[in-house]
Amino acid sequence: MIIKILLILGALGFGVLILRDSMPSHHQLLRRAIGLVVVFLGILAVLFPDSTNTVAHAVGVSRGADLLFYTSVMVFLYNAVSASQRMHRLEQQIAVLTRELAITRAEDPDPTDVERPEHPRS
Amino acid sequence: MDDVCVIVPAFNERATVGATVASLRSEFSHVVCVDDGSVDGTGDLARAAGATVLRHVVNEGQGAALQTGFEYVLRRTAYAYVVTFDADGQHHVADAVRMVRRARETGADVVLASRFRGSTENMPWSRGALLRAGVLFTRLTAGLDVTDTHNGLRVLSRTALTRIRLQLPGMAYASELLNAIRPNDLAYVEEPVTVSYTDYSRGKGQRNSNSLNILYDLLLGKIRATR
Repeated sequence: MIIKILLILGALGFGVLILRDSMPSHHQLLRRAIGLVVVFLGILAVLFPDSTNTVAHAVGVSRGADLLFYTSVMVFLYNAVSASQRMHRLEQQIAVLTRELAITRAEDPDPTDVERPEHPRS
Repeated sequence: MDDVCVIVPAFNERATVGATVASLRSEFSHVVCVDDGSVDGTGDLARAAGATVLRHVVNEGQGAALQTGFEYVLRRTAYAYVVTFDADGQHHVADAVRMVRRARETGADVVLASRFRGSTENMPWSRGALLRAGVLFTRLTAGLDVTDTHNGLRVLSRTALTRIRLQLPGMAYASELLNAIRPNDLAYVEEPVTVSYTDYSRGKGQRNSNSLNILYDLLLGKIRATR
């Protein structure tokens, strides 16, 4: 059952990525290459529908459609994890920006107001 | 007290922030209110009561608000001590004054307030039990001999400010701050204080169930830090 090993390794991989907070993002070239390969394989699968069955049998899955489903789950997980990490980085950047803005625009107390603190303006 | 800056993080605290700042101003010359994206005019009320106001344009959480106050003090002022003080009126100014004195006398970099060495007024028993669990957790993970870990009242020396950097979301920053004490060789002492629970502070404060989120953020932060 090659597929079981592959899927379990994949799931564990995503678990590690969630904990580590760092996609290997510098491998941009690798990601692009994988993307192009996926496109190429997709076209092949459309042209030769039975080929997915052949590959599925080779890794121990009964139907090609099931193999495609497993693959898309993995791709979905990859996207989910990388999106949440990008979001996390953005949040940290926004926190830094918010802080800089707050410090730059610090508002000192209005000396004429100090003696009457209990009158909210509305 | 002229070499002390009080930092009051506040998010939608219009009911109490004015009185809190005003009572602090009776003892401390400089009060900084970090308005964490309030939409109810909290910042204006704090400023009218005599505080310098730092405004977060969006809500970033209490840890981020305190960190903003810390960086303001480090970059724009020369104060020797910082007091952190909640805006909801559950702390007593006299406690803060005593803690600053304690910091000077002992030379400690961090003075932590303890309601369990001191006293509480009208604290729900479930909150007490949960806080004690938090204390146990912190004793084990931070290696500190403390009795109260989630108290918003603290005194930090300028040295401590340069070594502590709060980054965790939500309320996990309280443990993050404590966890920074040992590795940075900061001397700490605990001072008994009174924490007053009012209907207002209970309504505004944390839900007990939020402790699980804190735990998750802490563990995640720890795993990422040890990498």
